[in-house]
Order: sequence, then C-alpha cells, then structure tokens
Amino acid sequence: MTDKHVQRPDLPPPVSEVGAVGWLRKNLFSSYVNGLMTLLALWLLWQFLPPLLDWALFSANWSGETRADCVGEGACWVFIANRMDQFLYGFYPAQLYWRPNLAGLVFIALMIPLFIKSFAWKNWLGAAILIVYPFIAYLLIHGGWFGLSEVETSKWGGLMLTLVLSAVGIVASLPIGIVLALGRRSKMTMFKSVCIIYIEFWRGIPLITVLFMASVMLPLFFPEGSDFDKLLRALIGITLFQSAYMAEVVRGGLQAIPKGQYEAAASLGLNYPKTMAFIILPQALRLVIPGIVNTFIALFKDTTLVLIIGLFDLLAIIQLALTDAEWLGFDTEGYVFAAAIFWVFCFAMSRYSIALEAKLHTGHKK
Amino acid sequence: MTAEYIIELKGVHKWYGEFHVLKNINLSVKKGERIVICGPSGSGKSTVIRCMNYLEEHQQGQIVVDGTELTGDVKHIEQVRKEVGMVFQDFNLFPHLTVLENLTLAPVWVKNVSKSEAEASAMKYLERVKIPEQAYKYPGQLSGGQQQRVAIARSLCMNPKVMLFDEPTSALDPEMISEVLDVMVELAEDGMTMICVTHEMAFAKRVADRVIFMDAGEIVEENEPQAFFDNPQNERTKQFLSQIIQH
Repeated sequence: MTDKHVQRPDLPPPVSEVGAVGWLRKNLFSSYVNGLMTLLALWLLWQFLPPLLDWALFSANWSGETRADCVGEGACWVFIANRMDQFLYGFYPAQLYWRPNLAGLVFIALMIPLFIKSFAWKNWLGAAILIVYPFIAYLLIHGGWFGLSEVETSKWGGLMLTLVLSAVGIVASLPIGIVLALGRRSKMTMFKSVCIIYIEFWRGIPLITVLFMASVMLPLFFPEGSDFDKLLRALIGITLFQSAYMAEVVRGGLQAIPKGQYEAAASLGLNYPKTMAFIILPQALRLVIPGIVNTFIALFKDTTLVLIIGLFDLLAIIQLALTDAEWLGFDTEGYVFAAAIFWVFCFAMSRYSIALEAKLHTGHKK
Repeated sequence: MTAEYIIELKGVHKWYGEFHVLKNINLSVKKGERIVICGPSGSGKSTVIRCMNYLEEHQQGQIVVDGTELTGDVKHIEQVRKEVGMVFQDFNLFPHLTVLENLTLAPVWVKNVSKSEAEASAMKYLERVKIPEQAYKYPGQLSGGQQQRVAIARSLCMNPKVMLFDEPTSALDPEMISEVLDVMVELAEDGMTMICVTHEMAFAKRVADRVIFMDAGEIVEENEPQAFFDNPQNERTKQFLSQIIQH
C-alpha cells in the first residue's frame, strides 16, 4: 500500500443527460406512460387550440360601433370595447374617470420603490400603503371635499368596485385573522373561547348568507331612516367572513413553529408581544404564504357574490350589459372577458406568492 | 440569603401531572463557580436548569437568582432572564434572521441598546467564538458546531451573569464537539458562572469546580471532579460512571 491515492478527474456526462435530446428524454419520454401522456397532451392541444385561437383572435371582430359590425365567425369584441368604460368604472360619472385613474396611478407609483432592492424604507412605505393609502383612494374616488364633487358608492362599479372590495377585504382580514389565530392559541380561556366561537361561526355560514344579512337584516336593527352605506356593509361582511378563514391559515403556520423558538426567545428575555412580532409571526406567516395567497385569490373571486345585494362588480356589470337589447346574444364574449380579467389578477397574485417564497427562503434547512 | 450565591435552590419540587420529576433539590451556586450536572436520561437534570430561568415552573420550594425570587410574577421572570443566558441542545437559532440579527435582536429590544452598539458588541462576541466571517449568513447555512457557537455568542450578547448549558454538544457530529467545548472552556477560564448539563466527562474534569450527579429526580452525589471521578461514593454513581466510561 505504498501507492498514493490520486483523485480521479471528473468525466463529462453522457449525451443522454444534457442538451435538447437529454431534456426531451428526461422530461417527455422517460417511460412508456410518460411518452403516451406527452402524445395525448399534444393531440388535445392540436384539437382544441386552433379553433379557440381562431374564434378569439383570427376570425374575431375588433372594430366597429354596433352589432352590425360583427359579421365574421369569430368573437365580437366590439361589444366589449363598446362597453369597456362601464366594465371598468360602473356608473361612475365619465367626466370624473380621472379620479379613480389617479388613485390607481398613485398606488402604482407607491409600489415601485418596494421592488427596488436598495430602497431602505421599504417597511415604512409598505405600512404607509396599507394604512394611509386606503384613505387617499377613498377621498379621491368618493370625493365630497376640497371642491371634488361627491360620487356616492352606489355609483361605483365594474372592475374598480371589484378591486375596492378585494383590496379592503385582503388588507383588513389579515391582521384580524392574525389576532384571532393568536387568540385561539392563547392561554386566556375567555379570549380563546371568543376567538373559537367567532371563527367557527363565520366559517360555518355561506358568504351569500353573510351578504344577505348585511344588506337585508342589518338595517332592521338600526333606527328607521339611518342610512348605512350598502358598500360599507358588504365590506364589513366580507372582512368578518374572510378573517375567520385567514385565522385558520395563520394558526396552521403557528403550529409549525417548534417549541424551541419560544424557549430561545423567552431565555433572551423577550416578552410575549416581542416574541410574536420578531420571532414567531415572521416565521409562521412565511410558512403559510401559499395558504394566505390562496385565501386572497378565493376572496378576490368571491367578491362577485355582491351582485346579489345589488352592487355591480365586474361580473355583475357584464351580466347587466348582456341584457341590453342592442347586444343580446354575446354571452360568450362577456363571460370570456370576465374570466380573462379575473384570471390575470389571480395568476399575478399566484406568481407574486411564489416569488415572495423564493425571496424569503433562507438556508438549506426547514 | 448571602450575596455570594448567585443561584440558590431550596427544597425545590416539581411534578409533571402525577409524575414527580424533581424531589427536594437543594443547590447553591457561587459567583464564578462552574458546575457540571450529569446523570442518566430522565433523571431531571435538564429540568433543574430549565427551572433556573423559569422555562419550567416549580411547584414547591424556592429559587432565587441574583437576589430575585422566581415566582409566577412576570416582572421577576423577565428580570432573571436578562441576567441568565441559556444554550440549548438544538441551538434554537432564529432561522429567518441572519447570524448578526440573531445576536442583536435581544440587546436592541430587551435592553434598548442602540443598533450600532449592539452590532459592534455582536461582532466582538462572534470573534470570541471564532466565526466573525459568518455574520451575514443565515443559521441554515452553517454547520451544527458553528450554529451552537452562534447560540453561545447570542447569549453572551446580553452580558449574562450566569450561563446555563443544556446538553450543548449532544446534537453535534463528533468532529464538531470540540470546537464548541473549546469555546466553553475559554468562557470558563474568563470567570463566567456556568451550569452545564453534559455527558462530556473530560470537559467536567477540566473545568468544573463541582460535579453533581442526579438520578430519578434527586441529587445523589456532588463533589469536586477529582474525587467524584476517582472515588464515587454512591452505588448509582459508580454504576453510571462505569457505563459511560466503558466506551
């Protein structure tokens, strides 16, 4: 055994492991079943994609003013284009569209720095967006101050209303949900019971019931003549309802944090609020990002239910347009358009959640 | 109550439900003293030191740490925890924070030290445990031995008067044990009051002023290390020592 051990040099991988051929073999034809599935998927695409593209794009009618302009076989996007303003803003006065537009622009402008890596005040700006921005948006869109004429919430509608409903629901339900989740794990028996009753009550009834209650029943409990804004009632109903779901998602995250984290925080002298704020919640919320975003997406789509209490969100206003005698028979275009808009927003949320998870991932463990 | 004792346990009893884990524990620790507690698993040795910063509650008896008696009073508990550092078997670093943030969090939020001051002192302690270059990494990127040294530095950042070690090397791979023990030996040589639950008998021989052997919730024997290892008095101690020295 006098030979010195010499480490062998690395050999290049075989062709089957790298390159386009390698990729195809590994991902699409790695086994008979996989190969079969690949062929089946290709066949389905070939069957359904061309007619769909033809209807939606190639044979579609894009320009014109009335239904008479829709002559081809394909979709009549003229209908959508014609009604676009209403789909976006509802019955909001057309000469005031700049106000919601400005509110949207302000939001985008505030969000940009959050995506700049070197920006140092992210936390403060984020908090400002969450807490201050809703008031700015409300003052702009609602008006009634500083020479801006008032636009009642009953005139709000379309995509704008959908965004208002879901944004408020999202922003308000997360903190309430966190408090409820902490309460449910609290050692204070009364507080804990209240949280459990709250969560189980709101989770046990359908959102439609909540909205009906908010719009029909609630006014019965208030003195006659007191007018309590319908949109506000819907917002409160949606927030109370979603916060119960949020609470359970957050609780799932809290349960995944090992006891050692609490003990380490305690042994360093951190009290309960500081332990929660700096140690437990940052980890727990990170773990349940997929669940939280899932709830947000569900909330975003559930806002369509407000149509039953007479609020015209994106879907409701499209349905309303479909009943216009001038444009009868374009249901497919209307619903496809609604679906496309909802899909874009939901998909964006989904991608953002994945990006956030990747960004917050630390180290190899856990 | 004399001031020379920094920790005093008098007639401490503890139950987990029906199970009597600690039976009449009496233990006084002087300032600067290094104590090693050993014993078979389930003997209550971890429970004893976890009572010393109230991670576990005792039901009977008195525990006084640096003049503050540990009762259910939250003020007292927080006071004691500021003075007592603890190192755990599983490190329990905060995985979502960098090493430096792990070290500065408690000084900044518990002791109201300014951030820059806390960072300067954190770097000093990281150098003391010989890993200043890891300051901006996350715990998940470090080896077990490095993580445990960060955990020690994290406790030291609070300038504790006493350090409790709960089997600090039991979760480590063999080649990493010595890097952690080296840090602990240095700490002992600097005069830190230390109470260690450990099975590292060589460490006990080298640094301990007193070795305490526990079995079934009782302190069975305590002595200076030389006498403890060479001439154990109690039958259970002899049996325990023969078992761990066999290998």
